[in-house]
Order: sequence, then structure tokens, then C-alpha cells
Amino acid sequence: MRDDGRSAPLLAVEDVSVNFGAVQALSGVSLDVRRGEIVAIIGPNGAGKTTLLNVISGFYHASSGRIFYEGRDRTRLKPYDVAALGIARTFQNVALFKGMSVLDNIMTGRLLKMKGNVLLDAVYWGPAMKQELEHRAFVERIIDFLEIEAIRKTPAGRLPYGLQKRVELARALAAEPTLLLLDEPMAGMNVEEKEDMCRFILDVHDEFGTTIALIEHDMSVVMDISHRVVALDYGRKIADGTPDEVRADQRVLDAYLGVAHA
Amino acid sequence: MQDIANGGGHRASPTPALAPDLDTFPKLAVRNARRMPAKVAIREKDYGIWQSYTWGEYLEQARLIALGLAALGFARGDKTAIVGDNRPQLYWAMLAAQALGGVAVPLYQDSIEKEMQYIIDHAEARFAVVEDQEQVDKLLHVKSECPRLEYIIYDDPRGMRHYTDAGLLSLAALEEMGAKFAREHPGHFDKEVAAGGADDIAIICYTSGTTGQPKGTMLSHRNLIVTAQSAVEREGLRESDEVVAYLPMAWIGDHMFSFGQSIVAGFTTNCPESAATVLHDLKEIGPTYFFAPPRIWENVLTSVMVRVDDASAIKRGMVHFFLDVARRVERRRLAHAPVPLTDGLLYQIGRVLVYGPLRDNLGMRRIRVAYTAGEAIGPELFEFYRSLGINVKQLYGMTESSALICIQQDGDVKLDTVGTPLPGVELRISEAGEVMYRSPGAFQGYYKNPEATRETVAAGGWIHSGDAGVIDKDGHLKIIDRAKDVGRLADGTIFAPKYLENKLKFSPYVKEAVCVGHGRPFVAALVNIDLGSVGSWAERRNIAYTSYTDLAQKPAVYELIRQEVERVNRSLLGEEPLRGAQIRRFLLLHKELDADDQEITRTRKVRRGFVAQKYAALIEALYSESDSVKVEAQVTYEDGRTGTVRADLRISDAETFAGGVPA
Repeated sequence: MRDDGRSAPLLAVEDVSVNFGAVQALSGVSLDVRRGEIVAIIGPNGAGKTTLLNVISGFYHASSGRIFYEGRDRTRLKPYDVAALGIARTFQNVALFKGMSVLDNIMTGRLLKMKGNVLLDAVYWGPAMKQELEHRAFVERIIDFLEIEAIRKTPAGRLPYGLQKRVELARALAAEPTLLLLDEPMAGMNVEEKEDMCRFILDVHDEFGTTIALIEHDMSVVMDISHRVVALDYGRKIADGTPDEVRADQRVLDAYLGVAHA
Repeated sequence: MQDIANGGGHRASPTPALAPDLDTFPKLAVRNARRMPAKVAIREKDYGIWQSYTWGEYLEQARLIALGLAALGFARGDKTAIVGDNRPQLYWAMLAAQALGGVAVPLYQDSIEKEMQYIIDHAEARFAVVEDQEQVDKLLHVKSECPRLEYIIYDDPRGMRHYTDAGLLSLAALEEMGAKFAREHPGHFDKEVAAGGADDIAIICYTSGTTGQPKGTMLSHRNLIVTAQSAVEREGLRESDEVVAYLPMAWIGDHMFSFGQSIVAGFTTNCPESAATVLHDLKEIGPTYFFAPPRIWENVLTSVMVRVDDASAIKRGMVHFFLDVARRVERRRLAHAPVPLTDGLLYQIGRVLVYGPLRDNLGMRRIRVAYTAGEAIGPELFEFYRSLGINVKQLYGMTESSALICIQQDGDVKLDTVGTPLPGVELRISEAGEVMYRSPGAFQGYYKNPEATRETVAAGGWIHSGDAGVIDKDGHLKIIDRAKDVGRLADGTIFAPKYLENKLKFSPYVKEAVCVGHGRPFVAALVNIDLGSVGSWAERRNIAYTSYTDLAQKPAVYELIRQEVERVNRSLLGEEPLRGAQIRRFLLLHKELDADDQEITRTRKVRRGFVAQKYAALIEALYSESDSVKVEAQVTYEDGRTGTVRADLRISDAETFAGGVPA
């Protein structure tokens, strides 16, 4: 069931600021992501969108402010702790292991779910084999879901960009995330690839009930798939609401079309 | 008039007898489940693994689907549309419909909504069993115009969560209803199966048709079973054979091989993971029995040759050397002539170094019997595969004949014939040169179209094949072209467009070609380049291009294709009646001929009349003095929208060859 917004948010960002030296990348940004929502984060270049995602996923740490996940303070976690909480992400510039096959790349998404035992793993015996088979079966479901059967054994680096993006999504899904962060999942794609990606994002949301926060520039995509849109400009939140509300917001128009900043 | 009656006129009856307990596909499936319950009947690669279903499971699944349909009120004679890629579930659904005395109507899965609507409405289908959301969406869009369509049943539940349309349910839900229905009506399935008879209609296959609306060819269980049986016996097919089902389920060929013969002989049908993985899955299965239309054989050859061209000079040289040896040896074998000792030895070395690895790589190592069908195959192409030691044979037939009329027999293969008639099939050539046949597989008429049936079935039950052909001294049938396409140049020279086009298409650089010339002073050709191989050719020569249109108009590409055209012209020298019809001018088309634009059928046959009309301006230019022509064309995108493409096309001359001395 879709959340009606009354329950506690899955992710709460409270008054977060990030400074790089004298540059203030984020200043006092607050935002909620509710369970089962698709939230789009928009804004002109340099607005702080990726920084916000990096703070949430633990790559950067907030200079001030707090982050709550499932009601608990998670401000100071390392990326692997964040991942263990059930937050998975994709990157703006695809970050796959280029020499590894698509299958192996996606399997790396299962790492957190694997219980290591170097000895047993090395001889691939008993529980190690059972575990590998279970994870492979799970990964195959994702491969089927994202329709990438034909490239299962292809080295990721040889794939066209649009497919690499899809493989990255597959790897994120392999971690069975509660919250999925997508950094420009459709950048550099043609119309057809974008439509495919939109369908996959909606399917993921439908099928697994995954909460999704995504950064996207293509406004038609944003308007089509997101329940709520958050707009940033110069590190500040300037709008937060339904796609229609945000589209009509004067400050958003100003940010995109440009006005003289006094 | 030439006559050939197989079996010396001892044809006992036009409708051979079938045992009453084995005269329908559901009854044969029951037999299979009883006789070999644990033998694998069908496999599907799903989640990266080949999932197998035995004959016991095959029948059980079909039973549950049938009982589910019964619970929805399926009546004998009801039509069930089947839409999707080759999936075990869809084959079971066909069997299920037949078990209840119903008729399966398989549709091409890439049909656009308009085509689906026409067929479903015309067939009066009450039920549709489809693969996934994509097909459900199409059917829901046309449902309002198909008043008889009540239930849409889908196999893959993905993305279907929020659909609430009436009459829409999943296959799993249907099977559950079936299980419940079985408890309430024990014995219902057996009773319904027993009520079926050989002369019930089993399927209605809508033929893509090169002209007009599709026609629904009605085939009875007897048509299909008798035909399947005679081919199984003649070709020695057995339970242990493996076939890959990858061609559209709506095509009679797939129906005959993957459904009909599989049930009759009990062999295993393998469904690939997706259309994009067919070649890979082929390699994993290593089928023993394989069929493909010439375009697939062509695609495979092209992909091999592109890779060979990219290999190092030593490997490339070795491959070409041994392929030449193989070709020489195969020519002598076909002519039943002795093979010279050196070539015989070289062939054995080539088998280890080239042919074996190549066959293995193509997934064709285990093939015992392979067919090419659907349309004529270029002799060079055919020879290539045979020379590798793959037993490819030509086959001739059509939807109206339950797929099969003639098959080349092992050890009696010729490059340019389609073999001898199956047992029970009679052939003759009409005065107009058209092939006519009578056979136990001959259809029961076109559904709701007696006029078309009358046009096709002549007096005495002889059926017009629509093909021009001759029967040679050994009783082999040779197809020249479509009967209506064979034409004459202005000076009376015979001109067989398809024959020329096939010769052109043997070039890896030519994807499609259309030759014109009837009533004209010479033959001219419209050529589609193959983007993959010409693209890689251009890359190796550092020729930059932006699009298909751009590549096609490069002078260097024209030069490349001109050489191919002249190769064809030269090869015609040795062929007496056709040598006068050489290609004098050609142009490269700015776009690929596409089924969505109605330029080719879904089975990729050129719709000549349509193309001639659509590109009339180009054809006029070919017969004018000009060396270029402007073109503006409508294209239909996959979502049904249309757009316009504009381009300037060059026209090039090609050398023709006269006299007996090759230039």
C-alpha cells in the first residue's frame, strides 16, 4: 500500500550543511523521504544534488545537521554501514568493474549478504557452495527483471553506456535495498533508453516496494515518475511538493531560467 | 503437363486413417505422458538455467490450463488467441484449448495493435493467452473493438500488479481455478479429450500475406498429425532429438516442428531465454534437429564472416583456404563424383582445424537433420553449410499444406531443388507453370472466406501454391519464383526477380534487395546494405558515417556493392534461360525495408507490389538518365507514430556480361 504520509519518514535529513573549505555545498537542507515514495531531486548544475546524495550514503559527512534513517540518528556512518542499513545507490558516472562480467558485477551487490569463510569459499564446498547458488539464483531474478540476459557474460566495460547504467541499477538491486538512491539514471541516454529506464524504475518500485530517491535533469521524466519533487539551488532547498506544484513554483523557474541574484 | 504421384498412384484414400485414440494432439500428449512420463518434453531457459518439463508435466500443465478455461465457460469450438515468444506455457495453452475441442489461433508477437485487432476480431476469439504485460497492453487497447474477446490470460505477472481490468487474470490464477474445477468435475478433462476427433480444426494460422488482409488457414488435427508422421518417419526423427523453438509461434513451421512433430515423435523442444540470446542458447543446447529460414542462415554466416575478417591474417588465410577446400569437396559430393585424394586429405585436416570448431561455435555440432525453408536459399549459402558437414536440406511447403510438401532426402540433395514430395503428396505443374499439389495436409479452407478458398483450391482438390516451378528428371521440384512475380523484360527475356535477389543477398554486405524489370529494357535493383557488416567494413577503412542513410550514400559503399552486383551478373552467364536478365543499374536505399512500414511481411518477405508503388519515383529514376534522385519517405516507428525521412540517393551503373566468355 502507498504511504499516506502520516507515518514516520524512512529518511529524514534535518538542517544539513556541507562545507568544502569556504565553499558551502549545502546549507541547511531538510527533507523527508517517506516509505514507498519516489522522490526526485532537481536543480541546476552545482545546486548540491550529488552532494546531498553523498551525504546520505556516507561518502561525505555533514558539517552540521543530522540524518535519521528509520527513526534513528545515522549522521556519522561510513558508506559500508549505510549500505548495511539497506541503502543502495548508483553513480552519475557509471562505476562498474569494467573487466568483470555483468554477472560478477551484479554479484558484488550481494557481498553484504554473504557470510564469509575464506577456507570454505576457497574450496567451494558445503555451505560456501550453497550460499553461492542462493545468491546466484537471486541475481538471476534481477537479470530477468531488467532484461539483460543476453549480456550476462559480457565484460561490463564493453557495453554501451545505456546498458551499463542498467547493470549498475541491477547491482544496486542485488543488495535488496529499502532505499535506492539513483544519481542521474538517465543521463546521456536517448529517448528510447530513457523510456526503458523509466519503466524499470517504476517496475522496481511496484514489484519490490523500494523507496527511491533520484536525481534527474530531464523534467518530463521527473514529472512522469515521481510522487514528489525537491528542488535545490545554490545548496538550498527552494521547493518541495508534487511535480505540478514544483513546476509552477516561481523560485524554481527563476533558478532554471536565471534571474539576477541581488 | 508434368505429373508426379508419389507411391505410383497407390494412394489408398485421400484421408489416411488414424487410430481413434491417437487422432488429436491432446490424445497423443496423453499417450506420451503414459508411455514416457519422465522423458523431457520441453525446456525453457529461465533465470539462467534450463528448466525442464517432462511429458508427464507437459500434460498436467495443459490439463490445469484446460480445466481453468473450462471453469471460465470454454465451449467446444471456441478460439483461443496465443501471443508471445516461444514459451512452454503458450504451447501448453494451445494443447489446452485443443483438449476442450477448441482452436488455437497463434499470432505474431510483434504485430502492431491494428493487426492484432483484425485477427482476434476475425477469428472471434473469446480467450487470449499471452506472454506478458506488453501483449496485455496491446490487447486491452483493442478489446473494445473485439466484442467477442472476454478473457485475457497472461503468464508473466511482472508489472501487472495494478491492472484491474475485467476479464484479465494470470495463468497461475487460471491453473488454480483449474485445480478447483477438477475436484468438482472429476473426469471432465478425459471426457473432453475423448470427445475430440481427427477432423476437428486444431489451429487457424493467419498467413502474413503479401497482399491484402491476412487469411485464416484452418488446419485439422488430421492434417497436422498425418503430415508430422510422414516427415518423422521419412527423416528418422526420434524421442532423443532436440529442437530449438525460436521462430514465431504463429508461423506454421514452428507449429509443425516444435509442437506437432515434438508431440508425435516425443522429442524435446527447447525455448531460448530471449530473442537476443538465441545464438548463445543454440550453442548450449546443441540441437540435433534444426530449422531456419534463409535469412537466419544468412545472418549467422554474416556474423561468422565479419569475425573472420577481423581475425589475424594467418587465421583469416587458413579459414578461407579450408572453406575453399570444403566447397570443392562438397560440389563433388553433390555431383556424386569421386573426391581427389589431396582434397580428401585436406578436408580431413580442415575438419580438425576449421570445420569442427566452427560448427561447435555455431551450436551445430550435433545436428543430424537441418532444414532451410520459408523461401529460396542462395546456392552459395546452402553450399557453405553443407560443406562444413552440416546436413542442411531444403524443404518446401506452406501454411495451406501443414508446412510440408517436399523434403530433400538424405544423400539426394541438390543445390537448386527443394526435394521430392512426402508420402501421400501429389504434385503437378499447371500450364501457366505454377506448382499445384494435393496432400493429406491440405487445409480445410480459409476461415470465413469461402471466396479466397475457391480461388486457391482448384477442381479435384488441387491447390494453387502460387509458386512457379519445374519438376526435374529425378522427380525433384525446383522453385523459380512466385508465379505472379516471374516477368519478362521488354525484349521478352525471362526475368525472375527473387532469383537475382537471393544471389545478391548472399553477399554479407547486402541485407535485402528488390529487383525490377518486367516490361522494362533491363533489370534494375534497389538494395539495402547490411548495417552491421558494411559498418564494420567502413570502420576498418576509416570511413566515418553518422547514420544508416549516410553510410548507404558513401561513394566507397557504392563501389563495394557494385562489385557484388557484377559478381551476380557474372554468375548468371552459366544459367541459360536467365542469363539475359542481368542488373544494369542499382541504388542503395536510405532506410531498411521494415515490416512496420509494410514493405516486408513479418516473416521478412518483400512485398513487391507495395515496394514498387512506394518507391515508384526511385524506379523511374533508375530507368532515366539521371545519376541521383531525391527521396522523401514516411516511416512508422515501433509505437505507431509516423515520421518523414529525406535524402538524396545516388544511382550507379553496373557492368553486365555478354557471350560465353566471362569478363
